[in-house]
Amino acid sequence: MPARVFSSLFERLGALIIARISGFGRFAVFSLYAASFIPADLLSRRAWGRLLQQSLQIGTRSVPVVMITGMFVGMVLAVQAYRQFESAGLGDRLGVIVNLTVISELGPVLAGVMLAGRVGGALTAEIGTMNITEQLIALRSMGTDPIRFLVTPRFLACLVLTPLLTCYANLLGSFGAWLITVKVYGQDSGPYWEYTRQFVELWDLNSGLFKSMFFGGSIGLISCYRGFHCRRGAEGVGEACTGAFVASFIVILVLDFFLNIVMNGVYELRYGFKPII
Amino acid sequence: MSSGTASSLSFETRLDAARQPAGGSDGPPIVELRDVHKSFGTQPVLGGINLRIARGRTTVIIGRSGTGKSVLLQHIVGLIRPDRGEVFIEGRRISHLPERELVEIRREISFVFQLNALFDSMTVAQNVAFPMVESGRARHMSAARLRELVRTRLELVGMAGFEHKRPAELSGGEKKRVALARAIAVEPPPKVILYDEPTAGLDPQRSDVINRLVRRLQDEFHVTSVVVTHDMRSAAAVGDRILMLWNGRFIADGSLLELASVKDEHVRRFLEGRAEPSDIIEKPI
Ligand SMILES: Nc1ncnc2c1ncn2[C@@H]1O[C@H](COP(=O)(O)OP(=O)(O)OP(=O)(O)O)[C@@H](O)[C@H]1O
Ligand SMILES: [Mg+2]
Repeated sequence: MPARVFSSLFERLGALIIARISGFGRFAVFSLYAASFIPADLLSRRAWGRLLQQSLQIGTRSVPVVMITGMFVGMVLAVQAYRQFESAGLGDRLGVIVNLTVISELGPVLAGVMLAGRVGGALTAEIGTMNITEQLIALRSMGTDPIRFLVTPRFLACLVLTPLLTCYANLLGSFGAWLITVKVYGQDSGPYWEYTRQFVELWDLNSGLFKSMFFGGSIGLISCYRGFHCRRGAEGVGEACTGAFVASFIVILVLDFFLNIVMNGVYELRYGFKPII
Repeated sequence: MSSGTASSLSFETRLDAARQPAGGSDGPPIVELRDVHKSFGTQPVLGGINLRIARGRTTVIIGRSGTGKSVLLQHIVGLIRPDRGEVFIEGRRISHLPERELVEIRREISFVFQLNALFDSMTVAQNVAFPMVESGRARHMSAARLRELVRTRLELVGMAGFEHKRPAELSGGEKKRVALARAIAVEPPPKVILYDEPTAGLDPQRSDVINRLVRRLQDEFHVTSVVVTHDMRSAAAVGDRILMLWNGRFIADGSLLELASVKDEHVRRFLEGRAEPSDIIEKPI
Protein backbone atom coordinates (compact mmCIF):
# COMPACT_ATOMS: atom_id res chain seq x y z
CA MET A 1 0.00 0.00 0.00
CA PRO A 2 2.66 2.61 0.92
CA ALA A 3 4.51 1.61 -2.23
CA ARG A 4 1.43 2.46 -4.26
CA VAL A 5 1.11 5.81 -2.55
CA PHE A 6 4.77 6.56 -3.18
CA SER A 7 4.70 5.58 -6.80
CA SER A 8 1.61 7.67 -7.46
CA LEU A 9 3.25 10.56 -5.65
CA PHE A 10 6.31 10.24 -7.86
CA GLU A 11 4.14 9.94 -10.92
CA ARG A 12 2.40 13.18 -10.09
CA LEU A 13 5.64 14.93 -9.28
CA GLY A 14 7.08 13.71 -12.58
CA ALA A 15 4.03 14.87 -14.50
CA LEU A 16 4.28 18.27 -12.83
CA ILE A 17 7.95 18.61 -13.73
CA ILE A 18 7.32 17.58 -17.31
CA ALA A 19 4.46 20.06 -17.56
CA ARG A 20 6.68 22.83 -16.19
CA ILE A 21 9.52 22.09 -18.56
CA SER A 22 7.34 21.82 -21.63
CA GLY A 23 5.55 24.98 -20.54
CA PHE A 24 8.87 26.74 -20.37
CA GLY A 25 9.75 25.37 -23.79
CA ARG A 26 6.58 26.82 -25.27
CA PHE A 27 7.34 30.14 -23.60
CA ALA A 28 10.84 30.13 -25.05
CA VAL A 29 9.55 29.43 -28.55
CA PHE A 30 6.96 32.19 -28.17
CA SER A 31 9.64 34.64 -27.02
CA LEU A 32 12.09 33.82 -29.77
CA TYR A 33 9.32 34.06 -32.34
CA ALA A 34 8.29 37.50 -31.06
CA ALA A 35 11.90 38.67 -31.03
CA SER A 36 12.54 37.35 -34.54
CA PHE A 37 10.47 40.20 -36.00
CA ILE A 38 12.58 42.94 -34.42
CA PRO A 39 15.04 43.37 -37.33
CA ALA A 40 12.29 43.61 -39.95
CA ASP A 41 10.16 45.84 -37.74
CA LEU A 42 12.99 48.32 -37.28
CA LEU A 43 12.72 49.02 -41.00
CA SER A 44 8.95 49.22 -41.14
CA ARG A 45 7.12 52.47 -40.64
CA ARG A 46 3.94 50.80 -39.49
CA ALA A 47 5.87 48.84 -36.86
CA TRP A 48 7.43 52.07 -35.56
CA GLY A 49 3.95 53.50 -35.25
CA ARG A 50 2.86 50.53 -33.17
CA LEU A 51 5.99 50.80 -31.00
CA LEU A 52 5.51 54.51 -30.35
CA GLN A 53 1.86 54.03 -29.49
CA GLN A 54 2.73 51.30 -27.01
CA SER A 55 5.59 53.31 -25.52
CA LEU A 56 3.31 56.27 -25.01
CA GLN A 57 0.74 54.13 -23.23
CA ILE A 58 3.25 52.31 -21.06
CA GLY A 59 5.23 55.45 -20.26
CA THR A 60 2.35 57.70 -19.30
CA ARG A 61 0.77 54.94 -17.29
CA SER A 62 3.81 54.28 -15.15
CA VAL A 63 5.81 57.47 -14.58
CA PRO A 64 3.87 58.54 -11.47
CA VAL A 65 3.86 55.15 -9.74
CA VAL A 66 7.53 54.59 -10.46
CA MET A 67 8.41 58.02 -9.09
CA ILE A 68 6.44 57.41 -5.92
CA THR A 69 8.15 54.04 -5.48
CA GLY A 70 11.61 55.54 -5.87
CA MET A 71 10.93 58.46 -3.56
CA PHE A 72 9.72 56.29 -0.71
CA VAL A 73 12.48 53.75 -1.10
CA GLY A 74 15.07 56.50 -0.76
CA MET A 75 13.35 58.08 2.23
CA VAL A 76 12.84 54.79 4.05
CA LEU A 77 16.46 53.75 3.58
CA ALA A 78 17.65 57.08 4.97
CA VAL A 79 15.35 56.86 7.98
CA GLN A 80 16.37 53.26 8.65
CA ALA A 81 20.11 53.75 8.39
CA TYR A 82 20.61 57.24 9.75
CA ARG A 83 20.78 56.47 13.49
CA GLN A 84 23.27 53.64 13.02
CA PHE A 85 25.58 55.66 10.83
CA GLU A 86 25.27 58.69 13.02
CA SER A 87 26.22 56.87 16.22
CA ALA A 88 29.26 55.38 14.49
CA GLY A 89 30.26 58.87 13.45
CA LEU A 90 29.68 58.11 9.80
CA GLY A 91 26.65 60.31 9.26
CA ASP A 92 28.21 62.04 6.27
CA ARG A 93 28.76 58.68 4.57
CA LEU A 94 25.08 57.87 4.55
CA GLY A 95 24.65 59.17 1.02
CA VAL A 96 27.08 56.56 -0.28
CA ILE A 97 25.28 53.56 1.03
CA VAL A 98 21.78 54.79 0.28
CA ASN A 99 22.51 55.97 -3.24
CA LEU A 100 24.47 52.84 -4.00
CA THR A 101 21.64 50.62 -2.81
CA VAL A 102 18.99 52.58 -4.65
CA ILE A 103 20.84 52.86 -7.92
CA SER A 104 22.23 49.37 -8.22
CA GLU A 105 19.60 47.32 -6.45
CA LEU A 106 16.38 48.68 -5.05
CA GLY A 107 15.62 51.17 -7.81
CA PRO A 108 15.72 48.63 -10.64
CA VAL A 109 14.09 45.80 -8.70
CA LEU A 110 11.29 47.77 -7.12
CA ALA A 111 10.60 49.74 -10.29
CA GLY A 112 10.51 46.38 -12.08
CA VAL A 113 8.05 44.93 -9.61
CA MET A 114 5.93 48.04 -9.83
CA LEU A 115 5.90 47.81 -13.61
CA ALA A 116 5.08 44.11 -13.47
CA GLY A 117 1.91 45.11 -11.66
CA ARG A 118 1.10 48.27 -13.55
CA VAL A 119 2.17 47.51 -17.10
CA GLY A 120 2.21 43.71 -17.02
CA GLY A 121 -1.26 43.54 -15.52
CA ALA A 122 -2.66 45.83 -18.17
CA LEU A 123 -0.95 43.90 -20.97
CA THR A 124 -2.24 40.53 -19.80
CA ALA A 125 -5.75 41.88 -19.31
CA GLU A 126 -5.77 43.52 -22.73
CA ILE A 127 -4.44 40.54 -24.65
CA GLY A 128 -6.39 38.02 -22.57
CA THR A 129 -9.61 39.86 -23.34
CA MET A 130 -8.70 39.93 -27.01
CA ASN A 131 -8.10 36.21 -26.76
CA ILE A 132 -11.44 35.26 -25.26
CA THR A 133 -13.40 37.55 -27.57
CA GLU A 134 -11.88 35.94 -30.70
CA GLN A 135 -9.86 39.04 -31.59
CA LEU A 136 -6.59 37.12 -31.77
CA ILE A 137 -8.04 34.52 -34.07
CA ALA A 138 -9.67 37.31 -36.09
CA LEU A 139 -6.25 38.87 -36.63
CA ARG A 140 -5.01 35.54 -37.96
CA SER A 141 -8.04 35.19 -40.18
CA MET A 142 -7.16 38.51 -41.81
CA GLY A 143 -3.63 37.36 -42.47
CA THR A 144 -2.05 39.39 -39.65
CA ASP A 145 0.31 37.61 -37.29
CA PRO A 146 -0.99 38.40 -33.80
CA ILE A 147 2.42 37.86 -32.22
CA ARG A 148 4.10 40.28 -34.55
CA PHE A 149 1.24 42.73 -34.33
CA LEU A 150 0.76 42.67 -30.56
CA VAL A 151 3.72 41.10 -28.80
CA THR A 152 6.76 42.45 -30.64
CA PRO A 153 5.94 46.16 -30.08
CA ARG A 154 4.94 45.55 -26.44
CA PHE A 155 8.09 43.57 -25.77
CA LEU A 156 10.26 46.26 -27.34
CA ALA A 157 8.47 49.05 -25.50
CA CYS A 158 8.98 47.28 -22.17
CA LEU A 159 12.61 46.57 -23.00
CA VAL A 160 13.40 50.20 -23.79
CA LEU A 161 11.15 51.97 -21.32
CA THR A 162 11.94 50.02 -18.17
CA PRO A 163 15.49 51.40 -17.89
CA LEU A 164 14.15 54.89 -18.59
CA LEU A 165 11.52 54.54 -15.90
CA THR A 166 14.14 53.11 -13.57
CA CYS A 167 16.07 56.35 -14.04
CA TYR A 168 13.06 58.18 -12.65
CA ALA A 169 12.95 55.82 -9.68
CA ASN A 170 16.68 56.31 -9.07
CA LEU A 171 16.44 60.06 -9.33
CA LEU A 172 13.55 60.30 -6.92
CA GLY A 173 15.15 57.74 -4.60
CA SER A 174 18.29 59.83 -4.43
CA PHE A 175 16.23 62.92 -3.88
CA GLY A 176 14.20 61.29 -1.10
CA ALA A 177 17.33 60.16 0.74
CA TRP A 178 18.85 63.62 0.47
CA LEU A 179 15.63 65.18 1.71
CA ILE A 180 15.63 63.03 4.85
CA THR A 181 19.33 63.15 5.61
CA VAL A 182 20.04 66.77 4.87
CA LYS A 183 16.75 68.57 5.29
CA VAL A 184 15.26 66.54 8.14
CA TYR A 185 18.26 65.23 10.08
CA GLY A 186 20.42 68.24 9.28
CA GLN A 187 23.55 66.60 7.86
CA ASP A 188 25.78 68.87 5.81
CA SER A 189 24.98 68.78 2.15
CA GLY A 190 28.62 69.25 1.08
CA PRO A 191 30.25 66.11 2.50
CA TYR A 192 27.08 64.13 1.79
CA TRP A 193 27.45 64.64 -1.95
CA GLU A 194 31.23 64.60 -1.89
CA TYR A 195 31.36 61.05 -0.47
CA THR A 196 28.57 59.97 -2.77
CA ARG A 197 30.49 61.28 -5.77
CA GLN A 198 33.60 59.48 -4.62
CA PHE A 199 32.11 56.05 -4.15
CA VAL A 200 29.12 55.75 -6.44
CA GLU A 201 30.39 55.09 -9.92
CA LEU A 202 28.90 55.17 -13.35
CA TRP A 203 29.28 51.40 -13.30
CA ASP A 204 26.73 51.14 -10.50
CA LEU A 205 24.20 53.18 -12.39
CA ASN A 206 24.78 51.31 -15.63
CA SER A 207 24.65 47.87 -14.09
CA GLY A 208 21.32 48.75 -12.49
CA LEU A 209 19.92 49.99 -15.77
CA PHE A 210 21.31 46.97 -17.59
CA LYS A 211 19.49 44.67 -15.21
CA SER A 212 16.30 46.63 -15.54
CA MET A 213 16.35 46.02 -19.28
CA PHE A 214 16.15 42.30 -18.57
CA PHE A 215 13.38 42.88 -16.06
CA GLY A 216 11.40 44.89 -18.58
CA GLY A 217 11.83 42.35 -21.35
CA SER A 218 10.68 39.55 -19.06
CA ILE A 219 7.65 41.51 -17.93
CA GLY A 220 6.60 42.16 -21.52
CA LEU A 221 7.05 38.59 -22.69
CA ILE A 222 5.54 36.88 -19.65
CA SER A 223 2.52 39.17 -19.60
CA CYS A 224 1.79 38.76 -23.29
CA TYR A 225 2.32 34.99 -23.13
CA ARG A 226 -0.13 34.65 -20.26
CA GLY A 227 -2.68 36.71 -22.18
CA PHE A 228 -2.27 34.51 -25.24
CA HIS A 229 -2.83 31.37 -23.22
CA CYS A 230 -5.52 32.35 -20.77
CA ARG A 231 -8.53 30.15 -20.15
CA ARG A 232 -11.87 31.25 -21.50
CA GLY A 233 -14.13 33.49 -19.47
CA ALA A 234 -13.56 36.51 -17.28
CA GLU A 235 -12.02 34.40 -14.51
CA GLY A 236 -9.56 33.08 -17.07
CA VAL A 237 -8.32 36.62 -17.70
CA GLY A 238 -8.13 37.45 -14.00
CA GLU A 239 -6.23 34.26 -13.32
CA ALA A 240 -3.81 35.04 -16.16
CA CYS A 241 -3.17 38.51 -14.71
CA THR A 242 -2.29 37.24 -11.25
CA GLY A 243 -0.26 34.43 -12.77
CA ALA A 244 1.68 36.86 -14.94
CA PHE A 245 2.41 39.12 -11.98
CA VAL A 246 3.65 36.32 -9.75
CA ALA A 247 5.78 34.86 -12.54
CA SER A 248 7.25 38.27 -13.42
CA PHE A 249 8.03 38.99 -9.77
CA ILE A 250 9.86 35.70 -9.31
CA VAL A 251 11.71 36.04 -12.59
CA ILE A 252 12.84 39.54 -11.61
CA LEU A 253 14.25 38.30 -8.31
CA VAL A 254 15.97 35.28 -9.85
CA LEU A 255 17.38 37.28 -12.74
CA ASP A 256 18.59 39.92 -10.32
CA PHE A 257 20.47 37.31 -8.31
CA PHE A 258 22.22 35.79 -11.30
CA LEU A 259 22.92 39.06 -13.06
CA ASN A 260 24.50 40.37 -9.86
CA ILE A 261 26.83 37.39 -9.65
CA VAL A 262 27.84 37.84 -13.26
CA MET A 263 28.35 41.56 -13.01
CA ASN A 264 30.29 41.42 -9.75
CA GLY A 265 32.59 38.96 -11.46
CA VAL A 266 33.04 41.25 -14.43
CA TYR A 267 33.67 44.24 -12.19
CA GLU A 268 36.35 42.53 -10.13
CA LEU A 269 38.06 41.26 -13.25
CA ARG A 270 38.27 44.76 -14.66
CA TYR A 271 38.75 47.01 -11.65
CA GLY A 272 39.51 44.75 -8.72
CA PHE A 273 37.72 44.77 -5.38
CA LYS A 274 36.23 48.06 -4.23
CA PRO A 275 35.92 48.58 -0.47
CA ILE A 276 33.22 50.99 0.67
CA ILE A 277 33.27 50.39 4.40
CA MET B 1 -43.77 17.17 -42.89
CA SER B 2 -47.24 18.13 -41.78
CA SER B 3 -47.14 20.11 -38.58
CA GLY B 4 -44.01 22.31 -38.58
CA THR B 5 -45.26 25.85 -38.65
CA ALA B 6 -41.73 27.20 -38.51
CA SER B 7 -40.71 25.44 -41.66
CA SER B 8 -43.82 26.20 -43.67
CA LEU B 9 -43.29 29.86 -42.90
CA SER B 10 -39.66 29.64 -43.89
CA PHE B 11 -40.64 27.82 -47.03
CA GLU B 12 -42.57 30.82 -48.28
CA THR B 13 -39.72 33.16 -47.47
CA ARG B 14 -37.52 30.87 -49.42
CA LEU B 15 -39.78 30.82 -52.49
CA ASP B 16 -39.78 34.56 -52.27
CA ALA B 17 -36.04 34.68 -52.49
CA ALA B 18 -35.66 31.76 -54.85
CA ARG B 19 -33.62 32.28 -57.97
CA GLN B 20 -30.86 30.51 -59.75
CA PRO B 21 -27.51 31.72 -58.49
CA ALA B 22 -24.88 32.71 -61.02
CA GLY B 23 -22.52 29.95 -62.05
CA GLY B 24 -23.32 26.28 -62.13
CA SER B 25 -22.77 23.89 -59.29
CA ASP B 26 -20.80 21.55 -61.52
CA GLY B 27 -17.40 23.25 -61.47
CA PRO B 28 -14.71 22.10 -59.05
CA PRO B 29 -15.60 22.96 -55.44
CA ILE B 30 -14.08 26.14 -54.07
CA VAL B 31 -13.87 24.62 -50.59
CA GLU B 32 -13.52 20.96 -49.85
CA LEU B 33 -13.18 19.06 -46.59
CA ARG B 34 -12.21 15.41 -46.72
CA ASP B 35 -12.73 13.17 -43.74
CA VAL B 36 -11.94 15.90 -41.21
CA HIS B 37 -11.62 14.72 -37.62
CA LYS B 38 -11.08 16.99 -34.64
CA SER B 39 -11.09 16.41 -30.89
CA PHE B 40 -10.29 18.71 -28.01
CA GLY B 41 -8.61 16.60 -25.36
CA THR B 42 -10.87 13.61 -24.95
CA GLN B 43 -13.91 15.35 -26.40
CA PRO B 44 -14.51 14.40 -30.05
CA VAL B 45 -16.06 17.30 -31.95
CA LEU B 46 -15.81 16.50 -35.65
CA GLY B 47 -15.90 12.86 -36.66
CA GLY B 48 -15.19 12.54 -40.36
CA ILE B 49 -16.63 15.56 -42.14
CA ASN B 50 -16.87 15.45 -45.92
CA LEU B 51 -18.03 18.62 -47.60
CA ARG B 52 -17.77 20.13 -51.08
CA ILE B 53 -18.87 23.72 -51.41
CA ALA B 54 -19.79 24.94 -54.88
CA ARG B 55 -18.52 28.27 -56.14
CA GLY B 56 -21.01 31.12 -56.02
CA ARG B 57 -23.52 29.33 -53.81
CA THR B 58 -24.67 29.94 -50.28
CA THR B 59 -24.33 26.93 -48.03
CA VAL B 60 -25.98 26.98 -44.65
CA ILE B 61 -24.84 24.83 -41.75
CA ILE B 62 -27.33 24.33 -38.96
CA GLY B 63 -27.08 22.33 -35.80
CA ARG B 64 -27.59 22.79 -32.17
CA SER B 65 -25.33 24.66 -29.82
CA GLY B 66 -22.01 22.99 -29.11
CA THR B 67 -21.98 20.52 -32.02
CA GLY B 68 -18.91 22.08 -33.58
CA LYS B 69 -20.25 24.46 -36.21
CA SER B 70 -17.78 27.18 -35.32
CA VAL B 71 -14.96 24.65 -35.14
CA LEU B 72 -15.90 23.40 -38.61
CA LEU B 73 -15.95 26.92 -40.04
CA GLN B 74 -12.54 27.70 -38.57
CA HIS B 75 -11.06 24.65 -40.28
CA ILE B 76 -11.83 26.20 -43.66
CA VAL B 77 -9.21 28.95 -43.25
CA GLY B 78 -6.77 26.93 -41.20
CA LEU B 79 -7.50 28.68 -37.91
CA ILE B 80 -7.91 25.20 -36.48
CA ARG B 81 -6.00 22.23 -37.90
CA PRO B 82 -7.68 18.86 -38.33
CA ASP B 83 -6.36 15.92 -36.32
CA ARG B 84 -6.97 13.82 -39.38
CA GLY B 85 -8.24 14.60 -42.87
CA GLU B 86 -7.61 17.42 -45.30
CA VAL B 87 -8.95 20.82 -46.28
CA PHE B 88 -8.70 22.20 -49.82
CA ILE B 89 -9.28 25.72 -51.11
CA GLU B 90 -9.60 25.90 -54.89
CA GLY B 91 -7.97 22.51 -55.16
CA ARG B 92 -4.99 23.47 -53.00
CA ARG B 93 -4.44 21.53 -49.83
CA ILE B 94 -4.20 24.06 -47.02
CA SER B 95 -4.63 21.98 -43.91
CA HIS B 96 -0.91 21.31 -43.67
CA LEU B 97 0.44 24.66 -44.84
CA PRO B 98 2.46 26.69 -42.34
CA GLU B 99 0.77 29.82 -41.00
CA ARG B 100 2.89 32.09 -43.18
CA GLU B 101 1.70 30.49 -46.41
CA LEU B 102 -1.91 30.79 -45.40
CA VAL B 103 -1.79 34.57 -45.42
CA GLU B 104 -2.51 34.95 -49.12
CA ILE B 105 -5.40 32.51 -48.97
CA ARG B 106 -6.90 34.14 -45.92
CA ARG B 107 -6.91 37.54 -47.59
CA GLU B 108 -9.38 36.24 -50.14
CA ILE B 109 -11.68 34.79 -47.52
CA SER B 110 -13.55 36.94 -45.01
CA PHE B 111 -14.69 35.62 -41.68
CA VAL B 112 -17.49 37.06 -39.56
CA PHE B 113 -16.93 35.76 -36.04
CA GLN B 114 -19.62 34.67 -33.67
CA LEU B 115 -18.37 37.10 -31.01
CA ASN B 116 -17.78 39.77 -33.69
CA ALA B 117 -14.12 40.13 -32.72
CA LEU B 118 -14.03 43.88 -33.26
CA PHE B 119 -10.80 45.43 -32.00
CA ASP B 120 -11.58 47.32 -28.80
CA SER B 121 -8.68 49.71 -29.15
CA MET B 122 -9.84 51.06 -32.52
CA THR B 123 -12.79 53.10 -33.73
CA VAL B 124 -15.48 51.60 -35.92
CA ALA B 125 -13.91 53.18 -39.01
CA GLN B 126 -10.46 51.83 -38.13
CA ASN B 127 -11.95 48.41 -37.57
CA VAL B 128 -13.66 48.37 -40.93
CA ALA B 129 -10.56 49.66 -42.70
CA PHE B 130 -8.30 47.20 -40.89
CA PRO B 131 -8.16 44.37 -43.47
CA MET B 132 -7.23 46.81 -46.23
CA VAL B 133 -4.73 48.78 -44.14
CA GLU B 134 -2.97 45.86 -42.47
CA SER B 135 -2.57 43.86 -45.65
CA GLY B 136 -1.01 46.89 -47.32
CA ARG B 137 -3.70 46.93 -50.00
CA ALA B 138 -4.71 50.43 -48.90
CA ARG B 139 -1.27 51.77 -49.73
CA HIS B 140 -2.20 52.35 -53.35
CA MET B 141 -5.43 53.99 -52.35
CA SER B 142 -5.98 57.62 -51.44
CA ALA B 143 -7.21 58.32 -47.93
CA ALA B 144 -10.44 59.72 -49.36
CA ARG B 145 -10.98 56.56 -51.37
CA LEU B 146 -10.48 54.39 -48.28
CA ARG B 147 -12.88 56.54 -46.27
CA GLU B 148 -15.40 56.19 -49.05
CA LEU B 149 -15.03 52.39 -49.00
CA VAL B 150 -15.56 52.33 -45.25
CA ARG B 151 -18.57 54.63 -45.49
CA THR B 152 -20.32 52.66 -48.22
CA ARG B 153 -19.81 49.38 -46.39
CA LEU B 154 -21.15 50.81 -43.16
CA GLU B 155 -24.09 52.15 -45.13
CA LEU B 156 -24.88 48.69 -46.47
CA VAL B 157 -25.35 47.40 -42.93
CA GLY B 158 -27.12 50.53 -41.72
CA MET B 159 -24.25 51.78 -39.59
CA ALA B 160 -23.23 54.95 -41.44
CA GLY B 161 -22.46 57.76 -39.02
CA PHE B 162 -20.99 55.46 -36.38
CA GLU B 163 -17.45 55.81 -37.74
CA HIS B 164 -15.96 57.46 -34.68
CA LYS B 165 -17.54 55.31 -32.00
CA ARG B 166 -15.66 52.57 -30.21
CA PRO B 167 -16.94 48.98 -30.21
CA ALA B 168 -17.52 49.20 -26.45
CA GLU B 169 -20.09 51.93 -27.08
CA LEU B 170 -22.18 49.81 -29.46
CA SER B 171 -25.05 47.46 -28.76
CA GLY B 172 -24.66 43.76 -29.53
CA GLY B 173 -26.54 43.98 -32.81
CA GLU B 174 -24.63 47.07 -33.88
CA LYS B 175 -21.33 45.29 -33.27
CA LYS B 176 -22.54 42.40 -35.37
CA ARG B 177 -23.32 44.74 -38.24
CA VAL B 178 -19.94 46.47 -38.00
CA ALA B 179 -18.29 43.05 -38.09
CA LEU B 180 -20.22 42.32 -41.27
CA ALA B 181 -19.12 45.61 -42.76
CA ARG B 182 -15.50 44.74 -41.99
CA ALA B 183 -15.86 41.41 -43.75
CA ILE B 184 -17.00 43.04 -46.97
CA ALA B 185 -14.80 46.13 -46.87
CA VAL B 186 -12.11 44.68 -49.08
CA GLU B 187 -11.32 45.30 -52.68
CA PRO B 188 -11.46 43.20 -54.75
CA PRO B 189 -14.40 41.57 -52.96
CA PRO B 190 -13.61 38.35 -51.09
CA LYS B 191 -14.09 35.07 -52.93
CA VAL B 192 -15.61 33.40 -49.90
CA ILE B 193 -17.32 34.82 -46.84
CA LEU B 194 -17.73 32.65 -43.77
CA TYR B 195 -20.48 33.87 -41.49
CA ASP B 196 -20.70 32.51 -37.95
CA GLU B 197 -24.21 33.34 -36.75
CA PRO B 198 -24.62 36.60 -38.69
CA THR B 199 -28.15 37.25 -37.47
CA ALA B 200 -27.84 36.13 -33.86
CA GLY B 201 -28.94 38.93 -31.58
CA LEU B 202 -30.57 40.97 -34.36
CA ASP B 203 -34.25 41.83 -34.48
CA PRO B 204 -36.25 40.23 -37.33
CA GLN B 205 -36.09 43.33 -39.51
CA ARG B 206 -32.35 43.77 -39.17
CA SER B 207 -31.97 40.06 -39.82
CA ASP B 208 -33.88 40.51 -43.04
CA VAL B 209 -31.50 43.30 -44.07
CA ILE B 210 -28.53 41.01 -43.42
CA ASN B 211 -30.14 38.09 -45.25
CA ARG B 212 -30.75 40.28 -48.26
CA LEU B 213 -27.16 41.52 -48.08
CA VAL B 214 -25.86 37.95 -48.15
CA ARG B 215 -27.98 37.23 -51.24
CA ARG B 216 -26.90 40.45 -52.90
CA LEU B 217 -23.20 39.74 -52.39
CA GLN B 218 -23.78 36.40 -54.04
CA ASP B 219 -25.70 37.87 -56.97
CA GLU B 220 -23.55 40.91 -57.64
CA PHE B 221 -20.07 39.73 -56.73
CA HIS B 222 -20.53 35.96 -57.08
CA VAL B 223 -19.29 35.56 -53.54
CA THR B 224 -19.43 32.05 -52.15
CA SER B 225 -20.95 32.08 -48.67
CA VAL B 226 -20.98 29.61 -45.85
CA VAL B 227 -23.44 30.60 -43.16
CA VAL B 228 -23.56 28.96 -39.75
CA THR B 229 -26.82 29.66 -38.00
CA HIS B 230 -29.56 28.27 -35.87
CA ASP B 231 -32.01 30.85 -37.12
CA MET B 232 -34.17 28.73 -39.46
CA ARG B 233 -35.78 31.77 -41.01
CA SER B 234 -32.38 33.08 -42.01
CA ALA B 235 -31.29 29.64 -43.21
CA ALA B 236 -34.35 29.50 -45.42
CA ALA B 237 -33.86 33.00 -46.74
CA VAL B 238 -30.24 32.70 -47.82
CA GLY B 239 -29.46 29.03 -48.25
CA ASP B 240 -29.16 27.28 -51.60
CA ARG B 241 -28.23 24.22 -49.63
CA ILE B 242 -28.66 23.40 -45.99
CA LEU B 243 -26.62 20.91 -44.01
CA MET B 244 -27.29 19.79 -40.51
CA LEU B 245 -24.44 18.88 -38.19
CA TRP B 246 -25.12 16.38 -35.45
CA ASN B 247 -22.57 14.66 -33.21
CA GLY B 248 -19.69 15.48 -35.49
CA ARG B 249 -21.31 14.42 -38.77
CA PHE B 250 -23.78 15.76 -41.28
CA ILE B 251 -27.12 14.05 -40.94
CA ALA B 252 -28.98 16.07 -43.56
CA ASP B 253 -27.98 17.79 -46.78
CA GLY B 254 -30.21 19.42 -49.36
CA SER B 255 -32.49 22.30 -50.21
CA LEU B 256 -34.96 23.47 -47.62
CA LEU B 257 -37.66 21.51 -49.40
CA GLU B 258 -35.63 18.34 -49.28
CA LEU B 259 -34.80 18.95 -45.65
CA ALA B 260 -38.45 19.30 -44.75
CA SER B 261 -39.13 15.81 -46.05
CA VAL B 262 -36.29 14.17 -44.16
CA LYS B 263 -37.55 11.48 -41.84
CA ASP B 264 -34.62 11.62 -39.40
CA GLU B 265 -35.92 12.27 -35.93
CA HIS B 266 -33.10 14.70 -34.94
CA VAL B 267 -33.57 16.80 -38.06
CA ARG B 268 -37.31 17.00 -37.57
CA ARG B 269 -36.96 17.93 -33.95
CA PHE B 270 -34.46 20.67 -34.80
CA LEU B 271 -36.62 22.14 -37.57
CA GLU B 272 -39.67 22.12 -35.37
CA GLY B 273 -37.83 23.39 -32.31
CA ARG B 274 -38.72 20.43 -30.12
CA ALA B 275 -36.24 19.30 -27.44
CA GLU B 276 -34.54 15.93 -27.63
CA PRO B 277 -36.11 13.55 -25.11
CA SER B 278 -32.69 12.94 -23.60
CA ASP B 279 -32.28 16.65 -22.91
CA ILE B 280 -35.47 17.03 -20.94
CA ILE B 281 -34.74 16.76 -17.26
CA GLU B 282 -37.84 16.04 -15.29
CA LYS B 283 -36.46 16.42 -11.83
CA PRO B 284 -38.33 18.68 -9.41
CA ILE B 285 -36.88 22.19 -9.41
N1 LIG C 1 -10.35 25.89 -28.40
C1 LIG C 1 -11.12 24.94 -27.85
N2 LIG C 1 -10.63 24.19 -26.85
C2 LIG C 1 -11.38 23.21 -26.29
N3 LIG C 1 -12.63 22.92 -26.65
C3 LIG C 1 -13.17 23.64 -27.64
C4 LIG C 1 -12.45 24.69 -28.28
N4 LIG C 1 -13.24 25.23 -29.22
C5 LIG C 1 -14.41 24.55 -29.15
N5 LIG C 1 -14.36 23.61 -28.21
C6 LIG C 1 -15.45 22.67 -27.89
O1 LIG C 1 -15.94 22.12 -29.09
C7 LIG C 1 -17.35 22.03 -29.05
C8 LIG C 1 -17.94 22.70 -30.26
O2 LIG C 1 -17.74 24.08 -30.16
P1 LIG C 1 -18.30 25.10 -31.23
O3 LIG C 1 -17.90 26.46 -30.76
O4 LIG C 1 -17.87 24.71 -32.58
O5 LIG C 1 -19.87 24.90 -31.10
P2 LIG C 1 -20.99 25.56 -32.01
O6 LIG C 1 -21.64 24.48 -32.78
O7 LIG C 1 -20.43 26.70 -32.75
O8 LIG C 1 -21.99 26.06 -30.89
P3 LIG C 1 -22.80 27.45 -30.83
O9 LIG C 1 -23.97 27.29 -31.71
O10 LIG C 1 -23.19 27.55 -29.39
O11 LIG C 1 -21.86 28.51 -31.26
C9 LIG C 1 -17.80 22.64 -27.75
O12 LIG C 1 -18.17 21.59 -26.86
C10 LIG C 1 -16.59 23.38 -27.22
O13 LIG C 1 -16.52 23.26 -25.83
MG1 LIG D 1 -20.48 28.67 -32.64
